[in-house]
Amino acid sequence: MIYSDKVMDHFTNPRNVGEIENADGIGEVGNAKCGDIMKMYLKIDGNVITDVKFKTFGCGAAVATSSMATELIMGKTIEEALTLTNKAVMEALDGLPPVKVHCSVLAEQAIKSALWNYYEKQGVDPEPIIGKVPDCEDCH
Amino acid sequence: MEKRYIYADHAATTAVSPEVLAEMMPYFTEQYGNASSIYKMGREAHAALNEARARVAACLGAQAGEIYFTAGGSESDNWAIKGTCDRLAAQGKKHIITTVFEHHAVLHTCEYLEKHGFEVTYLPVSAEGLVDPADVEKAIREDTALVTIMYANNEIGTVQPIAEIGAICKAHKVLFHTDAVQAIGNVEIDVKAQNIDMLSLSGHKFHAPKGVGALYVRKGLLLPNLVHGGGQEFGRRAGTENTAGIMGLAKAIELATADIPAKIAKLTPLRDKLIDGILQIPQTRLNGSRTERLCGNVNISIVGIEGESLLLMLDHFGVCASSGSACTSGSLDPSHVLLSLGLKHEVAHGSLRLSFGEEFTEADVDYILEVIPQVVDRLRAMSPMWERMCKEGITLV
Repeated sequence: MIYSDKVMDHFTNPRNVGEIENADGIGEVGNAKCGDIMKMYLKIDGNVITDVKFKTFGCGAAVATSSMATELIMGKTIEEALTLTNKAVMEALDGLPPVKVHCSVLAEQAIKSALWNYYEKQGVDPEPIIGKVPDCEDCH
Repeated sequence: MEKRYIYADHAATTAVSPEVLAEMMPYFTEQYGNASSIYKMGREAHAALNEARARVAACLGAQAGEIYFTAGGSESDNWAIKGTCDRLAAQGKKHIITTVFEHHAVLHTCEYLEKHGFEVTYLPVSAEGLVDPADVEKAIREDTALVTIMYANNEIGTVQPIAEIGAICKAHKVLFHTDAVQAIGNVEIDVKAQNIDMLSLSGHKFHAPKGVGALYVRKGLLLPNLVHGGGQEFGRRAGTENTAGIMGLAKAIELATADIPAKIAKLTPLRDKLIDGILQIPQTRLNGSRTERLCGNVNISIVGIEGESLLLMLDHFGVCASSGSACTSGSLDPSHVLLSLGLKHEVAHGSLRLSFGEEFTEADVDYILEVIPQVVDRLRAMSPMWERMCKEGITLV
């Protein structure tokens, strides 16, 4: 198993680790049984993601993809965040070993799940905007 | 804290020792003759191989003619199991008894045979990681061809009651094979006294090079040829012998078995200090029996963190270790060994194996005990699983 330098950098020095008090949206995906859980906290002002933090239980790739995903959506609009794909996360990390691709899927889902929670809190039905967020079983 | 480099993954592989390397060197460049050749250099190689066979045999309580050199543990396991089953199927014996927590070299071989008409009984192990000999006896049937049970488990280091199982197999006239890859040099092995019919070993686990191993096959037992070709290995495994590797194996097994009680006396207190130290961390558990255990094996689950992350962080601090998490097993499930003990998946994901040898010191233990709590704190601080467990007062161990 060879990780790129970028993956190792984001694993050893993860960006945006932690929680946001009174977050506007919180999403959690994965489960302990599978060995990875990602929890994403968003602060949203108007239409812009002004802060994002994460907590992850999982392997090196799970931590690195979470970290990279937070960097990629920080300061972006909700629409931009919703277009972030797992592929973009992987590319930003200079690739992942094939068995770790699902970690990047989890990162994409974590963002969508947090935005889902945001819309629910706003009293807006998230499904027409976000679509269906696949669950852990799908990524495995 | 001064950074150290500690290789604590001896169960994965070991370095070739200087004595072993010195034993091997002449066979690469000076004594390179083919043991099948007629001239002096060939005859000398032949004599060296004979001598190596006797030296390996002596360390196991066997005779020279009972040792077949192979390319390692997996090959030895495959040959013993498939060879025996091929032969005994003709007599209508198509049942194998093994355990759920064998090495994959045994498990996958048994699964292969299941696809070819064999029936396999996978015995459970206790929560302590031990096989009950009474279970073996109960599982034996008229058509049982082979019992194959590992000597010491590669992940949790538990040492099985091999002599008792051997006696049961002998009483029921069933062949008994043991994968002793992790056991060599750590426990006293006497194939005759312990009624072992076949035994697999691998050189690189005890300071011989990778790519050389052996299979002990009790005299009078015939295994079908593994490789057809020349007359090497009593005509059963063709191919020019790996003379240098075999000489290294002979030297290494002599060194490894020269004073096993001294090794046990030295490493047991270090192992126990390491276990007690890590268990100070809340929500941790020792996997496998504490007493029936290799002196150089520690396997602990640390709840709330994931094994691969733990290994990468330990590597950052210069500690080489291993884990039974799904991410390190290359599959989606955590180690079958840890699950066989009844561990929950989430507890198995956070497992850490430290395995060490003679050169391990108290300073190494102290360093590891300084590093692990820091790493665990850091990983738990970013773990939503740990956060939830703390909030909801969940205990998993």
